[in-house]
Amino acid sequence: MQKAMHELAEMDELAMRSSPIHELHPLAKLITTIIYILITLSYDKYNLSGLVPMLLWPILLFTISGIEVRICFYKLRIVLPLVMAVGLFNPFFDRAIMLRIGPLAVSGGVFSMLTLMIKGLYCLMASFLLMATTPIDSLCAALRQLHVPKILVTLLLLTYRYVGVMTEELAVMTDAYLLRAPGQKGIHISAWGSFLGQLLLRSMDRAQELYAAMLLRGYNQQFHYAEARPFRIRDALYLLGCILFFLLLRTVKVAQLLGGMLVR
Amino acid sequence: MIEFQHVSFGYEKNRQVLRDLSFRIERGEAVGLVGPNGAGKSSVMKLLLGLLEGEGQILVDGLPVRRDTLPEIRRKLGFVLQSSDNQMFMPTVYEDMIFAPLNYKLSREEAEARVDEVLARLGLEELKHRYNHKISGGEKRMAAIATILAMKPEAILMDEPSSALDPYNRRVIINTICTLPQTKLIASHDLDMILDTCERVILLSEGHIIADGPAEKLLQDRALLEANRLELPLSLVGRTPRNAAE
Repeated sequence: MQKAMHELAEMDELAMRSSPIHELHPLAKLITTIIYILITLSYDKYNLSGLVPMLLWPILLFTISGIEVRICFYKLRIVLPLVMAVGLFNPFFDRAIMLRIGPLAVSGGVFSMLTLMIKGLYCLMASFLLMATTPIDSLCAALRQLHVPKILVTLLLLTYRYVGVMTEELAVMTDAYLLRAPGQKGIHISAWGSFLGQLLLRSMDRAQELYAAMLLRGYNQQFHYAEARPFRIRDALYLLGCILFFLLLRTVKVAQLLGGMLVR
Repeated sequence: MIEFQHVSFGYEKNRQVLRDLSFRIERGEAVGLVGPNGAGKSSVMKLLLGLLEGEGQILVDGLPVRRDTLPEIRRKLGFVLQSSDNQMFMPTVYEDMIFAPLNYKLSREEAEARVDEVLARLGLEELKHRYNHKISGGEKRMAAIATILAMKPEAILMDEPSSALDPYNRRVIINTICTLPQTKLIASHDLDMILDTCERVILLSEGHIIADGPAEKLLQDRALLEANRLELPLSLVGRTPRNAAE
């Protein structure tokens, strides 16, 4: 549990690092990520070869931002298998043969499964990169600039903050439980009800105190998310460059082009 | 500056925590609120800040504590919570400190200047960009006080400011409190700290004011303190607890 708390804090620290990507305007990064995700999702379910070059953008971002790829996979280790499992049954439903490699026949279901997995992976990587290079309040400021309703943005920000509170309470309760339950792994099923109830009550108490601390310092349902930064030429160039790059990858069959060059 | 007029309050209908409480705190006074657990010390603070609603009238600078006056009243009063973890809800000390000035419509430049000024006054410049989860308990308590000072309140309320601190950090906090020119209301069981920081003490027990007078005099009254589940401050006993046991 302590590890989970540490990981939450680590995301904030990653976002506070310094790199050319970190220094970009959050709005430019947010729009770029949204467009990247939309374009990635727009690929046909069998278009595996078209999807592969889309990996270039996350690779570039990892390289420039200095964020290690292993951190990304480590942070996504819980959600990644779930995303990967989405297309797992496709090979059973879509059995039409689409490709033969010698004696090996590859069905449409395998293609669509791989495509779904790769799409999921790319979307998660893009979201992770956005979170790891942009502090949450800057991200919220960008969302407000996109006219996302204030209530939703505040909800997002407070959820992000309160997840930590709930995790802390859970850590304290789990430690207290395990110290009095030697040799037991995890919380016994008989204690789940009261454990969850207590967790909820304690989290609510703490959340109320936090909210009081905010109110007493003038909080009036409006967050001053982050310092208003000017949208510079550099940010516009990044945004434009990325969009052109994505369109290029989407319209030009890069994989085939490279393959053709190699064959020639 | 602060006035309670016949204030009563209870969390449950038939169980009153505060009963007909009346007292007045003048501007610039430093008042210690002492009493056993459950005496109603925290409730006094919460009523004053409008976090709880009771009967009777509470005035801050002549303004009655009411829903419509709360923004103005809360601007005048800074509250240092007992748990600094609950007070510091932003990722870094700087973000926490700038939270209130921005809410009070200061420009970012003005707010930042105020943050720097407070940090310099408390000698905490080094904490400015530190993560809240990575600073020690003592540093966090100091940072919590700094977040309140950044509001430039006219009065400061503190709930157990010296709890869970080692002797060094406790002394740092005491010295800091002594340098604050604002009106102070400090609720604590640490009577030595109250003696060092306050000139007046209000002793609460079972929702009543049992005594109200100069700290030096009241905190020397062993019979009164012991009757209310408190003890003489160690500095007034003049000997260590080990000696006392002998």
